[in-house]
Amino acid sequence: MTEAAPPARSSSDATGAAVRAALSVGIAVSAYGISFGALAVASGLDVWQACVLSLFMFSGGSQFALVGVIASGGAAAGPAAIASATLLGIRNGLYSMRMSPVVGGPWWRRLLAAQWTIDESTAVASAQPTRRGQRVGFWVTGAVIYVGWNLTTLLGAILGDLVGDVRQYGLDAAAAAAFLGLLWPRLTSRQPVAVAAAAAVIAAVLVPVLPAGLPVLVAAVVAIVVGITNVFGRRTA
Amino acid sequence: MTVWHAILLASIAVFALKLAGYLVPPSLLERPTPARVANLLTVALLAALTATQTLETAGGIVLDARVPAIVLAAVLYALRVPFIVVVIGAAALAALIRLLGWMP
Repeated sequence: MTEAAPPARSSSDATGAAVRAALSVGIAVSAYGISFGALAVASGLDVWQACVLSLFMFSGGSQFALVGVIASGGAAAGPAAIASATLLGIRNGLYSMRMSPVVGGPWWRRLLAAQWTIDESTAVASAQPTRRGQRVGFWVTGAVIYVGWNLTTLLGAILGDLVGDVRQYGLDAAAAAAFLGLLWPRLTSRQPVAVAAAAAVIAAVLVPVLPAGLPVLVAAVVAIVVGITNVFGRRTA
Repeated sequence: MTVWHAILLASIAVFALKLAGYLVPPSLLERPTPARVANLLTVALLAALTATQTLETAGGIVLDARVPAIVLAAVLYALRVPFIVVVIGAAALAALIRLLGWMP
């Protein structure tokens, strides 16, 4: 792809492209923090708890999952909330493996990189053609989203606190729409669509039977079965 | 267990997973099955959370204003409308339906 480009110029061009990609993705994603902060407060967390989640957990899917399960079961659903957030965090471990050669350097740099290894920083870095562009893309995206996500979480939590009645403003529907939005870009082929449909049906059927939080965890078994057997999947050569 | 315990334990677990990827040999990534299971796990959990968040009410399931809201959200995502606009649109539809008293 880039073989024809003159090497002297392509280095700074690649860095510029990485910075532009990082800024556009980072600023757009930061805005979601408002919905997270508002939903966290609507789920029964206080403003501090919402902010601590964004500072320390810093992974949108896991954060939404934790507050979603707490919303349905309160503190008693704590273990199921931890399990949901943790299972959703497994993919970050895969991203870390992919970003390990990009980040490089001493251990303290990997430690900081680990906290910023999320969907968006990995996606921006992976899309850059040069190693330098990948490195710049990873760090700029991570930094922009870390700052933006935490500021907008605080803003959303304060707004959510002022709103009061959650259902009157449709915030419960907003939470459902947020999960669907995190899911949507992953429905790229038959296998994930089949898994999503089966998991949704299983979770809904189990809600009246099991304590809050557990239906979601049981539905996750579908992924393990389909992932290991690779039904509905493409044959890999 | 308090909500604070859940927040701190889950935060430690999520960070440990991020860090673990920098400590294991990258050869694990070349095997297709662990990568596929992890990707499908994300899909299954998000789909299950979408379903429960749309239908769950204290100990049971109910069809209320969240159902038309999630249908609207699906249509808007299919039309590539940005996330934050869809979330606000879904909330607004649910709020309007409740204001008019069409659904609980």
